[in-house]
Amino acid sequence: MSPLEFILAGTLAAATPLLLAALGELVVERSGVLNLGVEGMMALGAAVAFIVSYHTGGHALAFVAGALAGMGAALIFAVPVLMFRANQVAAGLALGILAGGLSALFGRPYESLTVRAIPKIEIPLLSDLPILGGMLTQDGVVWASLAMAALMAWAFRSTRLGWRIRAVGENPAAAHAIGTPVLAIRAACIAFGGALAGLGGAYAATVYTPLWADGMIAGRGWIAVALVVFGTWQTGRVAMGAILFGALSIGELVVQATGIAIPSQALAALPYLATIVVLALISSNRARMRLNSVASLGEPFGR
Amino acid sequence: MQFDLIRRDRASISMALLAPLLALLATGLVSWAIFAAIGTPAGLALWTMAASPFTNWYDFSEVLLKMAPLLLIAQGLAIGFRARVFNIGAEGQLILGAIFASALPVWFPGATSPLLWPAMMVAGMAGGAFWAGIAAFWRTRLNANEILVTLMLSLIAVQVLNWLLLGPWKDPAGFNFPQTAMFQAQALLPGLLPGTRVNIALLFASVASVAAYILMQRGVAGYRLVVTGTAPRAAGYAGFSAARGVWLSLLISGAAAGLAGAAEVAGPLGQLQRSVSQGYGFAAIIVAYLGGLHPLGIVVSSLVMSALYIGGDNAAVFADLPQAAVRVVQGLLLTFYLIAATLVRYRIVRARVAPA
Repeated sequence: MSPLEFILAGTLAAATPLLLAALGELVVERSGVLNLGVEGMMALGAAVAFIVSYHTGGHALAFVAGALAGMGAALIFAVPVLMFRANQVAAGLALGILAGGLSALFGRPYESLTVRAIPKIEIPLLSDLPILGGMLTQDGVVWASLAMAALMAWAFRSTRLGWRIRAVGENPAAAHAIGTPVLAIRAACIAFGGALAGLGGAYAATVYTPLWADGMIAGRGWIAVALVVFGTWQTGRVAMGAILFGALSIGELVVQATGIAIPSQALAALPYLATIVVLALISSNRARMRLNSVASLGEPFGR
Repeated sequence: MQFDLIRRDRASISMALLAPLLALLATGLVSWAIFAAIGTPAGLALWTMAASPFTNWYDFSEVLLKMAPLLLIAQGLAIGFRARVFNIGAEGQLILGAIFASALPVWFPGATSPLLWPAMMVAGMAGGAFWAGIAAFWRTRLNANEILVTLMLSLIAVQVLNWLLLGPWKDPAGFNFPQTAMFQAQALLPGLLPGTRVNIALLFASVASVAAYILMQRGVAGYRLVVTGTAPRAAGYAGFSAARGVWLSLLISGAAAGLAGAAEVAGPLGQLQRSVSQGYGFAAIIVAYLGGLHPLGIVVSSLVMSALYIGGDNAAVFADLPQAAVRVVQGLLLTFYLIAATLVRYRIVRARVAPA
């Protein structure tokens, strides 16, 4: 397999945990809440999904368990942030440390064990295409995640729920004044974001690399946080960014294997570097900043 | 049950002192339940974690050793947090400080000057301030959110460290371990307490605490700094520049974290390693909040937090508690504290039923 084919074939699967977690964080941030605990929620989702998969062999059950674990962790964050108006940055970091620690605690008896991954779906004709065939042969979760991205883009653009979430994020006081339940919507978004982060972790631990090791999320949660900014809070751009960063992580492997004279660390740092550049580009122009970011992000809301 | 938070006329001092205790109590209870659930002797584990660091001199000296970087970083961060400049990238600034400091013994392994370690400390502060300064530039010139920039810079710093340790700075005689050669004696900090590993980094942290106290609780400069963050318009009318507040907050916290990194490589480690930080940059955020962002409170909270690390190590040995338990306790502690701290500024009242 040529390096190009290898990258094309691996990109979507590598992007899926990033995509799921970033879509979740996108919804949370669109509602005006910054949750920096994504790394921890992913790790907890991964650990719980792995344990369930290991004992039952059922992947559907494992994914449900991973999502519930992520959601439960997110609710730990929702209590201080929504009910007690606590600093979101501090509460998010606390959640990240707590959930990461819990994942290691629960996962300890399972260290280095493996489970069976789910099979990739062969699409007649398309999977046999030269070069592109590998890219089109993916497991169902990959396609479901992409469908989720499309669904979310549509929801933000065209549904009442999407508009209410955006209103709550842009101007919670105004949204409250017209009767939108600000805190309830934020709580739902935080729970949804946690569920998606948990799913992303579940995919990483039971499908992408079907084994458990402490620290296996390896910074994917931070990349997801970066992705939301990189994609300037637009669903389509976030999804494209996830695929791009997925390709980069496969590229890292190719670079290591072929000994090209780029340090693999440079590629690993690229998502973060790109995010800093994007931040400079969107923030330096105040009009563009207002257009592209969420106005009340990080601000607590109280009646 | 519905309830409302009503802002108090003035912050409750008794609640401010009670909040960390309430958080500790709740953390203890929930930790006990979690430890019991995973099948460890929970009572023994908790007791070992909480008490063992204070029962013998050696363990307590290790607590003091850990306390130095946490105290140093947290004092710096708290200054920024009070000015509403959220530097959450102390982890990266610590790593850059460690790298800058290590450059001297790595490049001049034959240097025997007694000024070597002081030069390393200065280099470390410069490294941390440089890394934080990037975020200050991004915030003041490009209007970019410092929370995200400092976070991204931290993640980049980890990659820079990995690259150095796997590439140009790797000890050729080190069996391929990602670490530099051990530094020469002149690159190491003098000890502070004979017979222990405690070094003068604890002195740096103490001086920083006194300086933070004078700056934030006594001086005009600290007051101005807080005003630029909490009431930027008022500060503008009074002629204090918000940009200056951002620069000052980030440079101080970055230099403090950089110094902590330099003191780690010149102290207990004696070389630059991948695990130079062990999460001190994030733990210091917990320390800063737990101490109520007050210089004296932070002294106490850094002691509690370092004891937690040593107690956790002991509980791993004596109660078979996984190392990760320390992270669980840290996370719970900050979460509960954030809840309890709200009661310092707010009263809880039952919500009246809103008219339909």
